[in-house]
Amino acid sequence: MLNAIWAVMILIAVFYGALTGRMSDVTNAALDSAGEAISLCITMAGVVALWMGLMEIATRAGLVAKLTRGIAPFLRFMFPKLPKDHPAGQYIATNIIANVLGLGWACTPAGLKAMEALADLEAERGNPDYLPDSSSVLPERAPKRTDGPGRDLPFGRNRRASSEMCTFLILNISSLQLIPVNMIAYRNQYGSSNPTAIIAPAIAATLVSTLTAIVYCKIKDHGSVIIQSGSRRRKGR
Amino acid sequence: MKALANLSDIIIPVLIFFIVGYGITSRVKVYEAFLKGARDGLKIVVDIVPTLIGLLVAVGMLRSSGFFDMLGNLLAPATEAVGLPAQLMPLLIVKLFSSSAATGLVLDVFRTSGPDSYAGLLTSILMSCTETVFYTMSVYFLAAKVTKTRYTLTGALLATLAGTVASVILAGRMV
Repeated sequence: MLNAIWAVMILIAVFYGALTGRMSDVTNAALDSAGEAISLCITMAGVVALWMGLMEIATRAGLVAKLTRGIAPFLRFMFPKLPKDHPAGQYIATNIIANVLGLGWACTPAGLKAMEALADLEAERGNPDYLPDSSSVLPERAPKRTDGPGRDLPFGRNRRASSEMCTFLILNISSLQLIPVNMIAYRNQYGSSNPTAIIAPAIAATLVSTLTAIVYCKIKDHGSVIIQSGSRRRKGR
Repeated sequence: MKALANLSDIIIPVLIFFIVGYGITSRVKVYEAFLKGARDGLKIVVDIVPTLIGLLVAVGMLRSSGFFDMLGNLLAPATEAVGLPAQLMPLLIVKLFSSSAATGLVLDVFRTSGPDSYAGLLTSILMSCTETVFYTMSVYFLAAKVTKTRYTLTGALLATLAGTVASVILAGRMV
């Protein structure tokens, strides 16, 4: 994805610069921006190191684990059909708390684990899309590849996302965040008189997007419960 | 808005006080833990240096070529009607695909308009309440080997739209 975006940006810049006769500006911009990136990183390093240091204290004191347990009622509300103590629940909780605290490094691994665990859950539920397929080629080894960045899916069938997966991803993308650490660092670097002034409005805005996500998922979930309740009940939980 | 501004001022000191206080009462060696975390944080920043150089150079070149001005003038009538400065349009679109590429555009807004201008404040709030829709979806669904994503995209875009509208309203109240 980024390969294409970056290349397009560079190519357009040179092409358009040549068109408007601003090649010398483009040259200067390329050199200045490279230096600017370094000075930005120096400012950012301080803020990010401070935040990560505090988070390490919170982790060792058990605060992060406590928060992760604390959102269990919220998870039960958002994922009512997720069996209690299923590993997916733990990963989802870790991912959400890491998101809220701005712990980028902890979000993605937990999120990917959560998706894998949700796929296992579908297999446990007997969803045919997710069961190991013995009739044709081994799905993991199937050499079927379509071109395009990130789109080479090494499996034969079209798996349909479970409701839990949709809810989890929509929640994740609605990005509940407590302190926008990076934004504060950038604002500081570019001479804001009050870099942290955006914290409260950002929390308010993020609440709006997350509440929208919750309402949307609940409406969608409710619809699919009515349609699927017959088959679900027969298989048991 | 006054209350929100006050909350912004106190939240960081209160949070630091709470975390360090909680650490001490849980008998954590707080300073050692802090140093360990800070070291990890520095590693994270070092890792993103090449990314930032690459993207800031690309955005800087685009800006100086006059491409953004052309795009801005083209989009201005449509976007300014809803309170979005035209210069934010490239950002809104790129943000759906890549958050690091969006960072390059954010810094460009800060440099040209200043972080405390309407465009700067709106950018700050916007970036704090939205996530990279297409990137997240492709990576996460790849982990579960899912190809039919059902209503995920609609929901994600709806949440992003709601966050954008809220950001426009909130930023409008701040200037």
